[in-house]
Amino acid sequence: MTLLLLVRRSLRQHLLSTIITACSIALAGGLLMSVWVVKAQSQATFTQVNTGFDAVLGARGSKLQLVLNAIFHLEASPGNVAVSDYEFIQRHPAVKLAIPIAVGDNLRGYRIVGTVPELFSAVDYAPGKKFTLASGRVFTPGAKEAVLGEFAAHRLGLRVGDTFHPFHGLIYDEKNQHAETYAVTGILAASNTPADKVIWIPLHGLQTMSGHDARASTDVSAVLIQLRSPAAGFMLDMMYNKQGNRLTFAYPIGAIMAELFSKIGWFDQVLALIAYLVGLVSAGGVLVAIYNSMAARRRDIAILRALGAKRRTLFGAIVLEAAAIGALGMAAAFVAYAAILTGVAIVIRAQTGVLLETWKFHPVMLWAPLGMIALCALGGLLPAWKAYRTDVADNLAPVS
Amino acid sequence: MPLLALSSLQKSFRTPEGGRRKIVDVDDFSLDAGQQLALRGESGSGKTTFLHLIAGILAADSGSIRIDGREVATLSESQRDRLRAEAIGYIFQTFNLLQGYTCLENVSLGMAFGAGIDRARAAHLLERVGLSHRLHHYPRQLSTGQQQRVAVARALANVPKLVLADEPTGNLDHRNARESLALIRDTCRENGAALLLVSHDPEVLGAFEDQRDFAALNRAAGEVAT
Repeated sequence: MTLLLLVRRSLRQHLLSTIITACSIALAGGLLMSVWVVKAQSQATFTQVNTGFDAVLGARGSKLQLVLNAIFHLEASPGNVAVSDYEFIQRHPAVKLAIPIAVGDNLRGYRIVGTVPELFSAVDYAPGKKFTLASGRVFTPGAKEAVLGEFAAHRLGLRVGDTFHPFHGLIYDEKNQHAETYAVTGILAASNTPADKVIWIPLHGLQTMSGHDARASTDVSAVLIQLRSPAAGFMLDMMYNKQGNRLTFAYPIGAIMAELFSKIGWFDQVLALIAYLVGLVSAGGVLVAIYNSMAARRRDIAILRALGAKRRTLFGAIVLEAAAIGALGMAAAFVAYAAILTGVAIVIRAQTGVLLETWKFHPVMLWAPLGMIALCALGGLLPAWKAYRTDVADNLAPVS
Repeated sequence: MPLLALSSLQKSFRTPEGGRRKIVDVDDFSLDAGQQLALRGESGSGKTTFLHLIAGILAADSGSIRIDGREVATLSESQRDRLRAEAIGYIFQTFNLLQGYTCLENVSLGMAFGAGIDRARAAHLLERVGLSHRLHHYPRQLSTGQQQRVAVARALANVPKLVLADEPTGNLDHRNARESLALIRDTCRENGAALLLVSHDPEVLGAFEDQRDFAALNRAAGEVAT
């Protein structure tokens, strides 16, 4: 109780430096936790998001580019797949389901993807979860109709019954407007997958859009594949990637994305290192803040000693005060963390359609505060030692 | 058996020139339980060092200090802290109140390191010194006389057997000094504490039946710089 009183009063007596130091710890702690959670959650999310498919078949090229283009709707398409190749894989006994997609147009930066209605009826985009419509209905093949992902609809301000003109290319250029008019027939409920930021239209519509190469009017950009067994994936991998040289079979999707994260692992490490350093500097700030106030505290320390306080009591009070500053800072760090994560989640959602779970528990939320408090307590050791060594008689002036 | 008994007590400090200067050299001194004694001494005569030795704030070079039968000189620093917390009250010339703490907290801290905080007793003591309406005021919000009264209440908080008062009225005007001195003596009497007061003020010393000349007591007095 006495220790707590000493700590509480000391924090209040040095309120400004307490607040400034706690704020720097809050920023450091928030940054540290954010880096970890973004790293862990994006890795977990992007390696698990496959929107219900095991593999992607596309033009010869990079598997990663193929996955990014067909699953995450990022990147450009590496090329086209002939309709015969699509029909072949669709009929292959190892394949349970094959959904063709065609890309190449956008609406104010949001991708327009041609596909078949089975995507919405036959595919579980996550275990036990099918795409559902928040409003309207799925487009009719052959009609100039569109179903919008929830995020795209919200950002574009489109509702069921609205119409729009597609724009040519994956990057929005107002000069490249197509003549066709599409009507919105449905808005998907949020799935927190890349599908949320896509405008889905019938495959044939995209293939035959005015201005597109008529010779490729039956080609598709990629085929999304569900396999009957993992062994089938390795068999098709052998067939397309090792024995063939026209197409690329990207399988398994999670491993390909994991490879991407391992390639950019150095970036995570740099971020983590920066976060560690910021944390260290903040803990150093605690040391400096308390140490610099020691001259002003010496008299109080001497008085407390004269009242019978033991050296180790005052040593403990200073260490506890440093830890308390750390604890206050780390409590505020969760606010900084929420702010940083919210910003990052908005950007990731806008870019990929994937929503990070900001408040999902991650061990860093436990070890970062504990570590930071311990580090701050460590930073309090030097001023505590100074307090320990404070000479009572010398600081109880005047002497008569 | 006296409450406080000193014999052959010596304390010296290192000088900037590298030598040692003896500050306290008291052959024999005692104070009975409940006794109130004033020591007369000029500034720089070593009175504060003498009180610090008794309180265990400083360790003696040699000699014996017995308080209530316990030998202070052989106690470790931690044990001296404990003894001070449990048995000694100290009133300083400059009051030495903790500025970041309220009156109630200042008095509470007077007992915190001994038997533990008893807020009711702290409040009662402040009421006794006439500050029941200032419990939650900070020292800077009080007059000098009021601050001294808080210091008196704090010195008595741990129910000490011995109260040491170092020029307790040195910073007060005549009226406040008179009142404060009466308060110290009365409250010590009420609490059964012996009082050892040092002062150079004839008016303060005149209030005591028992008084001694510190210069005569301290053989090192002549060597101490003023």
